[in-house]
Amino acid sequence: MTNRYSRHIILSEIGQAGQDKLSRAKVLVVGAGGLGCPVLQYVAAAGIGTLGIIDFDVVDISNLQRQVLFGTSSLGKNKALAAKIRLEDLNPEISIIAYAEKLTYQNALELFNNYDIIVDGSDNFETRYLVNDACIITNKPLVFGAIYKFEGQVSVFNYQNGPSYRCLFPNPPQKDTVPNCSEIGVLGVLPGIIGSMQANEVLKIILGIGNVLSGKLFCYNALTSQTSNLKISKSEEQFENVLKEKHHFNERQLEIDCEFQSDDISIEDVLDFKNIQFIDVREAHEQPKVKGLEIINIPLNQLGNNLEKIDLSKEKMIFCQSGIRSKHAVSLLRNSGISKCYSIKEGASNIIEFLKEKQVPNDR
Amino acid sequence: MIITIKYFGLIAEVTSQEEETIDFSGNTIADIINFLNSKYPDLKNKDFQVAQNQELISEKTKITGQEIALLPPFSGG
Repeated sequence: MTNRYSRHIILSEIGQAGQDKLSRAKVLVVGAGGLGCPVLQYVAAAGIGTLGIIDFDVVDISNLQRQVLFGTSSLGKNKALAAKIRLEDLNPEISIIAYAEKLTYQNALELFNNYDIIVDGSDNFETRYLVNDACIITNKPLVFGAIYKFEGQVSVFNYQNGPSYRCLFPNPPQKDTVPNCSEIGVLGVLPGIIGSMQANEVLKIILGIGNVLSGKLFCYNALTSQTSNLKISKSEEQFENVLKEKHHFNERQLEIDCEFQSDDISIEDVLDFKNIQFIDVREAHEQPKVKGLEIINIPLNQLGNNLEKIDLSKEKMIFCQSGIRSKHAVSLLRNSGISKCYSIKEGASNIIEFLKEKQVPNDR
Repeated sequence: MIITIKYFGLIAEVTSQEEETIDFSGNTIADIINFLNSKYPDLKNKDFQVAQNQELISEKTKITGQEIALLPPFSGG
């Protein structure tokens, strides 16, 4: 008789006993993006019993080039929730928990305590160091993967007394020295390769087979097909530094970084209305019109041809009818090398309501 | 001593190559970093770790190997 896992069970290295280990395992994936999607896909298909997904972001059309769990029907939906829907279809026998929120210093420890293995598929240094430190404090193995254009890195940290990410790179790089997430391009298949390798490490850890990639950094170049396995030494000092501060861990705050930039902003959080260029990316005929602010109107489909109208010296707040086109506009502007662009999550009518309440003078 | 230097990620963009071979007579990894910093001024404000013969090491380490790699952190996901 065949069942869902028969191709696992007939492997002598796995068998029914190994499959039972997988079904008892609890794995948390941080970030359902380029890396998170292949990780989630393979560990869900493999029958990991409890699968957690944390991601605050929503699916954008520019994600579909590599984030293979999503389709056009997922656009605008939260990634953790959209991934859960797809994965429940892939494997309804497992339990999938979606956390549609940002990983923070406040929620990380409690969340990590509920899982056996943490997988890092995040897209910025701040979250990567947060994940590393929380894994040290909660004593969880960390399956690490990171990508840059055509290259990837994979390792398993904090596994059976092995080194951590800080033993490799003690501190986050200085701001602006390494491009983050959405600012740069990436070959679509690369996160598929690196994420699949992370999924493989997850399975090996749970099954106790093969050699776990602990104490080594695997580097891959998709253009040259070159690989390197670099040995990482453990630094006790790095662990001590993290553990020494563990009682203050949940007092730390995430700084404003790339994640914030790619996030939506609420009109309520716009403090200084003077040094801002508001851009309405709706079609000229769309109502209601927002008054009382310095606004230029450039419909989304003409934005790329009107970049000279963008004021580079100001912060750009972009809005539309519902907060979706404005998000697309932000990624378009960023891809054209224009920074300080934010998408206002409220639509035009909510912005008008807010301005009325705030009594921003309606003198324009 | 003939040394092959490998560059990864952003570092390969700064040096405009993924690998080069140099004849170097310094003592420590720090010496070779200084040499590379003057050859590639943009390298100075980049973060990277150094591996010698496939092993990540500190800058104080003596040069013993034929292969050095400059490895920046990647954040993308």
